[in-house]
Amino acid sequence: MQADGATPADSLDTAVLRALCARHGDAPERLIEILHDLQELAGHVPEAALPVIAEALNLGRAEVHGVASFYHDFRRAPAGPVVVRLCRAEACQARGALALIDEALEQRGAALGETAADGVTLEAVYCLGNCALGPAGTVNGRLHGRLGADRLERLVAEAFAEEEAR
Amino acid sequence: MTVTLWLPGDSAAASVGADAVAAALLNEAASRGLELRLRRNGSRGLFWLEPLLEVETPAGRIAYGPVAADDVPGLLDRGLLEGAGHPLCQGPTEEIPYLKDQERLTFARVGVIEPLDLAGYEAQGGLAGLRRALALTPAEIVDAVTDSGLRGRGGAGFPAGIKWRTVLEQPAGPDGGSKYVCCNADEGDSGTFADRLLIEGDPFLLIEGLAIAGLATGAGQGFVYLRSEYPRAIEVLKRAICVMEQAGWLGDDLGGSGRTFRLEVRRGAGAYICGEESAMLESLEGRRGTVRAKPPIPAVAGLFGRPTLVNNVLTLAAVPTILARGAAFYRDFGQGRSRGTQAFQLAGNVRRGGLVEKAFGVSLRALIEDFGGGTASGRPFRAAQLGGPLGAYVGAAQLDTAMDYESVAAAGGLLGHGGIVVFDDTVDMARMARFAFEFCEIESCGKCTPCRIGAVRGKEALERILGDRDLARNLALVEELCELMADGSLCAMGGLTPMPVLSALRLFPEDFGRAPAAAAE
Ligand SMILES: Cc1cc2nc3c(=O)[nH]c(=O)nc-3n(C[C@H](O)[C@H](O)[C@H](O)COP(=O)(O)O)c2cc1C
Ligand code: SF4
Ligand code: FES
Repeated sequence: MQADGATPADSLDTAVLRALCARHGDAPERLIEILHDLQELAGHVPEAALPVIAEALNLGRAEVHGVASFYHDFRRAPAGPVVVRLCRAEACQARGALALIDEALEQRGAALGETAADGVTLEAVYCLGNCALGPAGTVNGRLHGRLGADRLERLVAEAFAEEEAR
Repeated sequence: MTVTLWLPGDSAAASVGADAVAAALLNEAASRGLELRLRRNGSRGLFWLEPLLEVETPAGRIAYGPVAADDVPGLLDRGLLEGAGHPLCQGPTEEIPYLKDQERLTFARVGVIEPLDLAGYEAQGGLAGLRRALALTPAEIVDAVTDSGLRGRGGAGFPAGIKWRTVLEQPAGPDGGSKYVCCNADEGDSGTFADRLLIEGDPFLLIEGLAIAGLATGAGQGFVYLRSEYPRAIEVLKRAICVMEQAGWLGDDLGGSGRTFRLEVRRGAGAYICGEESAMLESLEGRRGTVRAKPPIPAVAGLFGRPTLVNNVLTLAAVPTILARGAAFYRDFGQGRSRGTQAFQLAGNVRRGGLVEKAFGVSLRALIEDFGGGTASGRPFRAAQLGGPLGAYVGAAQLDTAMDYESVAAAGGLLGHGGIVVFDDTVDMARMARFAFEFCEIESCGKCTPCRIGAVRGKEALERILGDRDLARNLALVEELCELMADGSLCAMGGLTPMPVLSALRLFPEDFGRAPAAAAE
């Protein structure tokens, strides 16, 4: 996919970042929205982007860094082509979510938060508001309920196929 | 004649295949040359029946569910468009007992109309509350909210009228500076989805409630802090705001009154603590979501230091009904100091999970057994967690508790945001207690030591208990840590984490290697 160290995000133009901030009026209270937009664009929030944003919003680097690291949504390293987020909050646990997660991890020999050899990044999430239809999870942002191991793997395969087709 | 079908566009329905059902319907209709109109409503909140397909007939809407895309040809073969019988047919939607036995005030239109159809909204009673509010003084609006007995639905149950009055009474500031209304749509509690269901299914109601709050408090700007885990809700609400702006119900001249009220949606970023109101305000200012010390309360100095009304989605969404139908109408539902209706949410291991809007006072047993139909697994019920991850666990002996703020508190629990998470007899309550600490560790804002450190130590102690090591000492340590967290935490994250832990320990000691509790009653 990409050369070592050089993520597409690192090559994100300063001009692109500035434009992104400008779209939010360079308003410091919009920092979280800006980081969301950046992650949508680049797949994660690259370290190199933070000083540029800090300057545009007239904030300290430490402050921008603090915000980016506080919120669970912001990924600091690139993810694989398919991101699976599985809910491990109580209502999904009551429907067997932990076993589902363990199986998905074991099968890939990866831990939560890591990208497995097959290119799936598995992350934990705490409630997706689908608690009557658990276990719940998302595959590349799309919400799914009544998940079982087979259905999950089918959805992952479909997501890979969709990525290929792009 | 064109037949109208309804299928939810709601994200929960989509999560179990509603969009595939929609595609299958349109395909089949095209290949069979059938004339049908497919409308996308919100979800009725009968989730075990999702995707729930409805067909309009002269006898009203007939429901089918749960429908899979594969079922579509067979359904059409057997007379779906006439509302004919089929194993998936649930009969007239409004006659389904789960729905019929509810008292839907706030959720009256959810699943009935198209979420962005303003004319449909108005035809079903929408905007009547806002129109009424425009004819009242701010103090009169606040009086109506006070008289209704409405209390905050976000968890703490604080009387809404008192908060509204406090914000109204704050001076606008020498610079004529603004006040704010902030809607808390962070809905982080496991087992809750009512805010999402409402926003996706009837967003105009929330906007109407917010506009009324603006008129009542003198705030010119509102924000909805909506969690990023709800992308459809964000999209629907943003579009609904545009529709309301174009219709003149938001903006510089609200409903022709000359008053200004603007509304903006802001995304959360996956931090549970940002549901705590002061952390939410920090986040709305673009910062880390750390909790602020009180005082000052947000009503006096909130967003950007300005007087700010913070209310949950369902608190605000109850207001149009109160204005339109009168405070007494709303107050007549419920009992004691718990007035109106509560959106109970049945989740977890329950056969019929979904939304049950009922007057306060319905028993937990009626909710779990009559509405919910018991566990989904068919195994015996063992425990339920009430009011989210910071709420207590209850067991079979508590099932006759009346679900109102006072009765649940008397039973040692919290009503919270109305979530009820059901567990069968395979649950290990020591593991659930361990998870409560772990969740606190993950989501703590880190500002105070009892919470930050207590959660980690508590989790470790429970791991030793689960490993059967030094039971007596570790159990004593858990109790001690809980006392420390309850007494010394700045907010309810650390302060209430002991609630699930200690309730599990008291009610299910056998899971912690202790002798079973004497059977209650
Ligand atoms: C850790 C924590 C999380 C909370 N999460 C939410 C939430 O997701 N939604 C909400 O409305 N209130 C939440 N609250 C309660 C808010 O602090 C606040 O009381 C509420 O938004 C006020 O609105 P209300 O009076 O309409 O309930 C939370 C409180 C704490 C301590
Ligand atoms: S109790 Fe926990 S979440 Fe609340 S202020 Fe203290 S550290 Fe932050
Ligand atoms: S607990 Fe998993 S979606 Fe709510």
